[in-house]
Amino acid sequence: MKLPIVENSGSNSESGSCQPSRCGSGTAATPLPADIQERVANHPCFSEQAHHYFARMHVAVAPACNIQCNYCNRKYDCSNESRPGVVSEVLTPAQAVKKVKAVAAEIPQMSVLGIAGPGDPLANPERTFETFRRLSEETPDIKLCVSTNGLNLPASVDELCKHNIDHVTVTINCLDPQIGARIYPWIFWDHQRLRGVEAARILIEQQQKGLEMLVERGILVKVNTVLIPGINDQHIPELSRVIREKGAFLHNVMPIISDPSHGTYFGLTGQREPTAAQLQEVQESCAGDMKMMRHCRQCRADAVGLLGEDRGEEFTLEKIDTMEIDYPAAMEKRARVHEEILAGLEQDQNPTDTGVTDGRAVQMAVATKGQSLINQHFGHATEFLVYEASPEGVRLVGHRRVPRPYCEGGSSCGEDAEAIMSAIIEQLAGCEVLLCSKVGFEPWTALEAAGIQPDGEHALEPIEEAVKSVYQQMMTREPVELPATERQSA
Amino acid sequence: MAYEITDKCVKCTACELVCPNAAISETATVFVIDPGICTECADAYPEAQCSSICPIEGAIVDELGDPINPPGSLTGIISLATA
Repeated sequence: MKLPIVENSGSNSESGSCQPSRCGSGTAATPLPADIQERVANHPCFSEQAHHYFARMHVAVAPACNIQCNYCNRKYDCSNESRPGVVSEVLTPAQAVKKVKAVAAEIPQMSVLGIAGPGDPLANPERTFETFRRLSEETPDIKLCVSTNGLNLPASVDELCKHNIDHVTVTINCLDPQIGARIYPWIFWDHQRLRGVEAARILIEQQQKGLEMLVERGILVKVNTVLIPGINDQHIPELSRVIREKGAFLHNVMPIISDPSHGTYFGLTGQREPTAAQLQEVQESCAGDMKMMRHCRQCRADAVGLLGEDRGEEFTLEKIDTMEIDYPAAMEKRARVHEEILAGLEQDQNPTDTGVTDGRAVQMAVATKGQSLINQHFGHATEFLVYEASPEGVRLVGHRRVPRPYCEGGSSCGEDAEAIMSAIIEQLAGCEVLLCSKVGFEPWTALEAAGIQPDGEHALEPIEEAVKSVYQQMMTREPVELPATERQSA
Repeated sequence: MAYEITDKCVKCTACELVCPNAAISETATVFVIDPGICTECADAYPEAQCSSICPIEGAIVDELGDPINPPGSLTGIISLATA
């Protein structure tokens, strides 16, 4: 497909090493129902296809929280971490509106504004709803959404409906209060701090009730679940079944982030993070007939840009003050850009069929900067998308963040090359091929030695086409069928 | 009879939102409780509201300077903090 190239008034220069990312579009398994697909067509978080092209931003207007999660520590002013709960500056509603308008003018691919924290948006109702109210008046073309822990959800549903919010994300980690008591040390409810199983029971009850109320009102609900090995991993398939029955349209199972340096309870008590394979296994076991989300990047509560990139630093309050923006013209341009992207996506009903009828599944890592193309140098990639090709088709199954890109540019290029390379190879476990626009001799050799075939021959080609063609070649060279058990674990 | 906010405050605003007396306000660095207004919620609730939602151990203290939420009471990480 052909897509417009969008210029960004020079503001998107090669700033540092931060490179975007992307993920797969049309999937082999479980497409969304047509009416929902239409509603999420331009939503980068809800539509895998859209996330290659459309940008989102979060505004951090909601600092207070009404519960504590053992995986969360809401530290402020940490620009080097990318995870939910962390922001660089908390904004007033007026500042947030100003920022949204500036970003939407500079990044015309922007389609969605979310409020996700750093606390719980519904525990800050005045700030959250004031922001939504003003945005629905001043940027009516931008979709509004909100993420919540669900405790105040039933009480907020009517207010949410007033602001024309048609997407809500609820983080639900369990249905069993015994499990909940290990995840949530306390909640603030009915003017008291409650703890233990009783607190978890109330939280779970409110989450489930809130989910039902939203579905009743026709609001799209995505459920986020943090996969915590040893705590809720066995429980997630059951959870997935229940929320699907209640009408959630998308389930996003995300790995717990438990780096001890973040100072969370789980981080400090040695809670392990799941491996990429474990995450994928749980996601597969939930898949059923509900769409599973594979492209989530667990972004900050003040993230800006395409998923996988964060351009927040370009839009600090100080920088926004110096920008001269023609808002009506920006809105017109945005409408044009969105229309072009959507028209392109409509044409892009590329079949994901691989044409291979017999063969094992193969995972391939892809370096990309967006637009659904293989268009990034290996050395610049901060993350890789992982696609799986099999007789069932080509689909995105996840993404792997690398601690540092191989080549950060400037004088640092080449320093610690070996250490970085082995960290990247560790992250790419399970991948047999690496598709990128270019790769140097040294990383090439290292990848090959690790059993990952580097491939720069498909530069600038659409990802799924390239994955398909590499897979076809592999399978013609490899005619022997593996036993079914091995296929499953591949 | 009034509580006080220490410099451990991270300015999350939660206390301000739940104070029934509007006794809490923001300064450049932390939030402060007006001792002339604060009643420690004595007539309104069984427990003071600010210290029932505050997520930071040691950020709210009583008149003697003793923390309402001592280390470990909210996060469970006391042994690690003192080890």
